[in-house]
Amino acid sequence: MIARLLDWSDERLGSSSFIHKALRKAFPDHWSFMLGEVNLYCFLVLIATGTFLALWYVPSTNEIVYNGPYALLRGAKVSEAFDSVMRINFQVNAGLLIRQIHHWAANVFLAAIVVHMCRIFFTGSFRKPRDINWVIGVTLFFTAMFEGFSGYSIPDDLLSGMGLRIAVSILESVPFVGTYAMFWLLGGTFPSTLMLQRLFTLHVYIMPLLLLGGISVHLMILWRQKHAQFPGPGRTERNVVGSPLFPNYLVKTLALLCGVVGVLTMLGAFVQINPVWIWGPYRPDLAITPAQPDWYIGWLEGALRIGPHWAIHLFGHMVPSVFWPGLVLPLIIMIALVSYPFVEAYLTGDRAEHNLLDLPREKPARTALGVAFFVFMAALFLAGADDLEARYTNLSLVGLVWFYRLFCIFGPMLAFAITYALAGGLKARGGVHQAPRARLTRKAEGGFREDEVG
Amino acid sequence: MSGRVREILIAGAIALAMVGSAGFMAAFVLHEDIHWQGAALVVTFAGFMLAAIGWSRWILPREQVVDERSVGVPSTDASSDASLGGVRQAHDDTASYDLERGAQQLNRKKWLGRMLLAAVGLFGLAALFPIASLGPEPDDTLFHTKWRRGSRLQRLDGTFVKRNDLNAGAMETVFPEGNLDDAQSVAMILRMPDGIGRDALDGYIAYSKVCTHAGCPVALYRAADHKLVCPCHQSVFDAANDAAVLAGPADHALPRLPLQIGDDGYVRADGDFPEPVGPGFWERA
Repeated sequence: MIARLLDWSDERLGSSSFIHKALRKAFPDHWSFMLGEVNLYCFLVLIATGTFLALWYVPSTNEIVYNGPYALLRGAKVSEAFDSVMRINFQVNAGLLIRQIHHWAANVFLAAIVVHMCRIFFTGSFRKPRDINWVIGVTLFFTAMFEGFSGYSIPDDLLSGMGLRIAVSILESVPFVGTYAMFWLLGGTFPSTLMLQRLFTLHVYIMPLLLLGGISVHLMILWRQKHAQFPGPGRTERNVVGSPLFPNYLVKTLALLCGVVGVLTMLGAFVQINPVWIWGPYRPDLAITPAQPDWYIGWLEGALRIGPHWAIHLFGHMVPSVFWPGLVLPLIIMIALVSYPFVEAYLTGDRAEHNLLDLPREKPARTALGVAFFVFMAALFLAGADDLEARYTNLSLVGLVWFYRLFCIFGPMLAFAITYALAGGLKARGGVHQAPRARLTRKAEGGFREDEVG
Repeated sequence: MSGRVREILIAGAIALAMVGSAGFMAAFVLHEDIHWQGAALVVTFAGFMLAAIGWSRWILPREQVVDERSVGVPSTDASSDASLGGVRQAHDDTASYDLERGAQQLNRKKWLGRMLLAAVGLFGLAALFPIASLGPEPDDTLFHTKWRRGSRLQRLDGTFVKRNDLNAGAMETVFPEGNLDDAQSVAMILRMPDGIGRDALDGYIAYSKVCTHAGCPVALYRAADHKLVCPCHQSVFDAANDAAVLAGPADHALPRLPLQIGDDGYVRADGDFPEPVGPGFWERA
């Protein structure tokens, strides 16, 4: 039966050689290699739940009177979009569960991307030949961030409307074309009648296609190049050792799939997320406080809060202050991330192909740089909640702003120095987690005596 | 741990998945809240995950493979050509060998394999349930229109049909009073010449305007021989004979709207259509 199916397919596609190689493909047995799969499975959950939500969501700013079962908003003027989200929450069987799983999956998706990127970075997996996949991965990361933000923006609740207003202001600040770009995006001024239609199209059509295409290429390149691996007995630059895809790895990754979906379902069922009925419908004249975006936009929010108030007025034109933290900084970060493999190759002169991974301590400079970058982003992220921190610590908000400004500059330097020293020390000591060595001596009466050796 | 105990543990995990799926179906049907529905699904996925982990650790033999890398080595076209020619048969055999061997390894415990298949099937069924969220229950919606006893016949311009409005041979599109544009209720009123049409009321007869074939509006009326024609698929109905099908793909007559004429001169419906309007459907009988 199986043999006949294979023949059938081989006669048409010449597929048997590929299938044979695919079935026996080696997947290294290190847990950190499953981080990327967590991303993939989050993406699948996002598509499945998102499809369900799209069947209900109405991308319309048309104002109607809410008349659903949620008593506190009955009689309120809401957009048809908000009304449709309320219907999903309170009237569609399993609707709220699916919506919350969708939102959680987005947050976990971005988090898993960050962790995955950390693994790639700190083990030097981004080096040639995987520099190409690093570039695609970084692109996917930022696409996913925009995708998340656009989804966050379309329920047309108060929080999403505030976020969208800020995003539009950033777009508006771009020199030369900002005003036009804003009008192109919204089909008018904010809040335009078309804006939800535009964001919805971006969210369910354009960006998912980009993500799907990018992920496909990412995986095809991974497949072609084969996995990198940690050094170990029998592992060389010219091979890869691991479990065969079929059947061993397949079962493992299915277990992971069930685990990821299970955790997302648990979060969706038991941890409330974005309760839009509490925020209420968006109104341009209202704001709520405290207002924080989803976590992956937190660093941008922080940058806007501690950014300098420098506006440039030149030749009758203006570059407003929001331009620096809102666009220049993200652009610098993007360029830094994308170009890092090439910069490192240039600085170290190491242009060789690498299939064996580094332990982070083996490359103190790279590891220190990564930690410094992480600290920089974390400082921005924490600055994004400075109002809450000021409230709970009774510190002055202005003081906190200055603290974070200084921390963004000196924190990474400090982190670099500490990490460099630590990693250098570990490197000098050799393996930290080598098992303690022992000397075995055969005793005269038989048996062994075990002496620990330092 | 003995092999038997391990098998029972895996079976327990699969049973957990089954319980979860069944629980989700029940929680869905009963409209239980997010916590119950979610908890049932969590149990399902946890069961499958544990079963897969057990399978991976206890049923599959451990195996390591070593892949040689080809990337970086300059590829030559010649080698790939060769693999399509003489070598293909060999690859063919190994692919089927791999698949069969892997399937055997996976299926070493046949009863667990069957149980897992059943659990996956049950979950597949449960995963279909949210489809039922997509719309309300049909109930008897399709069996009723907005016509009530005493509804006046309203034209799109808002006016009502009165006894002397139509000449013989005329046809007008009407809606039940206050329900202009209601697609299910749209009807046409015809004034027949004297003596034509069974039980015509002062010459008036009304039919549903929704074609019984595929739901188009039956928009064409030829007064000369009292024929109603649907422009979509050319079904022809005999207006003089209870709109019976004369030709075309329609399989039953247009429903007739009972009429009454009050002392005030308004033509009124004498109740809803006696049968569902429009194309046939399963529950129509």
